[in-house]
Amino acid sequence: MSPGGLQLPPVSLGGSPRSTDVPSSEQPELFLKKLQQCCVIFDFMDTLSDLKMKEYKRSTLNELVDYITISRGCLTEQTYPEVVRMVSCNIFRTLPPSDSNEFDPEEDEPTLEASWPHLQLVYEFFIRFLESQEFQPSIAKKYIDQKFVLQLLELFDSEDPRERDYLKTVLHRIYGKFLGLRAFIRKQINNIFLRFVYETEHFNGVAELLEILGSIINGFALPLKAEHKQFLVKVLIPLHTVRSLSLFHAQLAYCIVQFLEKDPSLTEPVIRGLMKFWPKTCSQKEVMFLGELEEILDVIEPSQFVKIQEPLFKQIAKCVSSPHFQVAERALYYWNNEYIMSLIEENSNVILPIMFSSLYRISKEHWNPAIVALVYNVLKAFMEMNSTMFDELTATYKSDRQREKKKEKEREELWKKLEDLELKRGLRRDGIIPT
Amino acid sequence: MAGVAGPATGSGAAGGDGDDSLYPIAVLIDELRNEDVQLRLNSIKKLSTIALALGVERTRTELLPFLTDTIYDEDEVLLALAEQLGNFTGLVGGPDFAHCLLPPLESLATVEETVVRDKAVESLRQISQEHTPVALEAHFVPLVKRLASGDWFTSRTSACGLFSVCYPRASIAVKGEIRQYFRSLCSDDTPMVRRAAASKLGEFAKVLELDSVKSEIVPLFTNLASDEQDSVRLLAVEACVSIAQLLSQDDIEALVMPTLRQAAEDKSWRVRYMVADKFSELQKAVGPKITLNDLIPAFQNLLKDCEAEVRAAAAHKVKELCENLPMEGRETMIMNQILPYIKELVSDTNQHVKSALASVIMGLSTILGKENTIEHLLPLFLAQLKDECPEVRLNIISNLDCVNEVIGIRQLSQSLLPAIVELAEDAKWRVRLAIIEYMPLLAGQLGVEFFDEKLNSLCMAWLVDHVYAIREAATNNLMKLVQKFGTEWAQNTIVPKVLVMANDPNYLHRMTTLFCINALSEACGQEITTKQMLPIVLKMAGDQVANVRFNVAKSLQKIGPILDTDALQEEVKPVLQKLGQDEDMDVKYFAQEAISAVAQRLRKLDFPVKDSEEPSAPGADKNHFLRPRGPGEDTGKVLPLISRHKETEWLEWLPRRQQRQPSLGVQVQPRDQHISCT
Repeated sequence: MSPGGLQLPPVSLGGSPRSTDVPSSEQPELFLKKLQQCCVIFDFMDTLSDLKMKEYKRSTLNELVDYITISRGCLTEQTYPEVVRMVSCNIFRTLPPSDSNEFDPEEDEPTLEASWPHLQLVYEFFIRFLESQEFQPSIAKKYIDQKFVLQLLELFDSEDPRERDYLKTVLHRIYGKFLGLRAFIRKQINNIFLRFVYETEHFNGVAELLEILGSIINGFALPLKAEHKQFLVKVLIPLHTVRSLSLFHAQLAYCIVQFLEKDPSLTEPVIRGLMKFWPKTCSQKEVMFLGELEEILDVIEPSQFVKIQEPLFKQIAKCVSSPHFQVAERALYYWNNEYIMSLIEENSNVILPIMFSSLYRISKEHWNPAIVALVYNVLKAFMEMNSTMFDELTATYKSDRQREKKKEKEREELWKKLEDLELKRGLRRDGIIPT
Repeated sequence: MAGVAGPATGSGAAGGDGDDSLYPIAVLIDELRNEDVQLRLNSIKKLSTIALALGVERTRTELLPFLTDTIYDEDEVLLALAEQLGNFTGLVGGPDFAHCLLPPLESLATVEETVVRDKAVESLRQISQEHTPVALEAHFVPLVKRLASGDWFTSRTSACGLFSVCYPRASIAVKGEIRQYFRSLCSDDTPMVRRAAASKLGEFAKVLELDSVKSEIVPLFTNLASDEQDSVRLLAVEACVSIAQLLSQDDIEALVMPTLRQAAEDKSWRVRYMVADKFSELQKAVGPKITLNDLIPAFQNLLKDCEAEVRAAAAHKVKELCENLPMEGRETMIMNQILPYIKELVSDTNQHVKSALASVIMGLSTILGKENTIEHLLPLFLAQLKDECPEVRLNIISNLDCVNEVIGIRQLSQSLLPAIVELAEDAKWRVRLAIIEYMPLLAGQLGVEFFDEKLNSLCMAWLVDHVYAIREAATNNLMKLVQKFGTEWAQNTIVPKVLVMANDPNYLHRMTTLFCINALSEACGQEITTKQMLPIVLKMAGDQVANVRFNVAKSLQKIGPILDTDALQEEVKPVLQKLGQDEDMDVKYFAQEAISAVAQRLRKLDFPVKDSEEPSAPGADKNHFLRPRGPGEDTGKVLPLISRHKETEWLEWLPRRQQRQPSLGVQVQPRDQHISCT
């Protein structure tokens, strides 16, 4: 694109240290002119081209930032379309393909946005605009519309964390000031997440969007609308399945806990959802799930706990006996949590039988001495809690194991019989054995 | 599941004929409810057996309703279920009852997990063909409508894949409705649904009447191609190919081209990439005239696109594009309209672009003929042969055969040699590996003389490379060369050099001799093997390193079939018997293996073979890692070092252990691979 548009001589705007240059009556017109000038885009991939003009645009943007911060009465109605146009021209662009073939945010360095010297100021200016005391959403909503928001959301895929950080603030302000766009924004974030989970597994701004959602959920009115519950169950829970969970898990867990604090009756679907998507091979993710579960348990109501304790502790029993010591350790740390301990104690007659065989077995078999020590403490705690049941379980441990083994053997025989049966049927069909 | 009996009701459940052998079926059904996913999965996979045992009626009235209700299971189980149901028509009583399968599949087509949904749609498509036209309208079409108007996006995306299978056999009125439903999905407000619709647009267009294509599909196509999301727009490019195939030249010009032109200049590189990627298909679909007027200029732009991704995709298509141009005026057109852009790409800043070009550019020589190739293409080839990026050079070398046919390889050989030598010594072993793989091809094209003079020494140098994979590839390479140049050549140039390595102080090189003999013996034939190779192998049986000795045993087993019985009897047998008494477990093991193989050949001979003597002492294999690496050291086992080696070697070795061939016996590791990697 040609930088030919910047033909106006550098003139100072009011509000800047050189405010005396221009009489205040001419400042609004100059403001519009400067906005128009800043619509010109420069090629930053070519580091040598238009150096002077780039520098001029940078200083102009700086002036704009100062002007909008300090001046009073600068946001007349006719400035709105020009501001939005300037911002759109600069920030809306198709993000370039990632430099690394399969960009892995955990391994690779992000590609930083080359035009950041300008882009940063444009974002800065836009945020000051949105936050200005004179800012009137009723006028701005003509220009900051659904299409604008959609393009803004697409930018969250930027690899540059600095840009995503600015976008987060921008979107948050827009959500706060434009009531009419709220439902739309939520729906589009939904779509981005669903696409991320079910289609591409690739979107750089998931953590930032979740952070915004965390504060949105915080503000939900009670009782929760069906739409919000659906969002929790059909979007937030499936987000746990994504490979790159570690990049946004903290924000995700925060959202989940926010929901549960709002409406405890959601505990059961949430925990069942986590059980359904429990990682099968990735120990690192398992540790994250256990961490999130503890956060949930911290706020769980005893009445809700009773509803999910069985599936929950079956899973915890599996984790405790994981050969990966970090998983086992993370699960065993639950017994250091006083609130969880009190819940376990109240329901020890249900939980102890579920946990016992796993605990008993690893206390003898686990390769890691630290785990064995932790298990020993847990067993001791159970013994103190409910000694009669503990003794019973210890006594029947062996016979239970034998029963399990027997069942396993029966199953094996069943499959063998089944094969025979199929074989016979096949022979019959082929006319070898008469029916 | 109340109706379908569990094991409690025993044999009565299974068909009611009192056949006790059907008891397992009842258990199987019970297992469908087991807590353990794996067990449910096993059981689901036997669903056809269950259905067969229940009979068609009970399958319809009991099993299918039960399955429809259980659809809250893990995705893995659901996937297996969706797949099974696709082949279930026979089990529910044939085409007349195929519609019974629709309810469970309908639920499966609405679940979140894409894999499950796709499989359900696939099965539904399969089953739709088995419906009679009446049943199709009575059962299948209503299902499609329900899915298409579902609340959640999953059911609507699934519906997109079902329109094209029911449309052709529907009545005119229903056809109208189906088109209406499809139209509304194309403008759904969820992008996921629009994407699904856009990706099925071409398929749907193919089953429509031409009038409807023009009046309905084209507007949908135009809309999708200007969607606000680039992920939708790029799918429209794919549909473009199918739609253009259906239309006349004039219609293409009027209805499709405006959109296609726009796509080629889309502001999103993803859309432009798609145009570049589908270029050959587009070219065929729009025909030669439009290609010349529209596509060539578009292609030129794609070749100089600002995104490297797009340029690389376009560069990949250069050869196909040129091939598919009309013969008349082709040469001029390529020379004037394409070649100038290609010249630019040779010095592109992005290596993927250059490498994409290098993988096809040689193909142009057949199209342009000898003179143009020498004058215009050769300089480009030579420039790419000197490119800083090894992939570019490799891609040129790997396509030499195309040029060879046109101008002969001599034109290139002067530049080729430095390029090959440089790749042969590249620091990355994968690059070295790649060039080795082209050696037989190069040898064939360059001829024996050139090869002996320039390349032979390279091939020998690879044999002592420090990476095992290279040494291995180098031995295979020798075998291929012998196949090409014949045994006489082998005897004169290769075999002596290989055999000299048997005396190398490094035991890895001594083993390479054995590996080479394994590879070469067959190609060289009995005489060379017996006279030249066998004595060396036998001599090496006295090597002080156990790894060499057990490889001697393996080699003897390998070359056994080539030798005559006298040699086997007189020379091989005694050596193997001696190795069979070796103090080392593994040497013993492989010697035994070889003895039994040789014995099979010499059936009349009385070799004592005791299978029970397979070495199995646990831990014995570990000690081999302590074996002295250099010459002159004792072969005794140096126990105190175990702990030191455990940390390093042991870890590396563990994964290998899983690759072990079951036939090798339980305890013996293929150590040769491991040690030589270090």
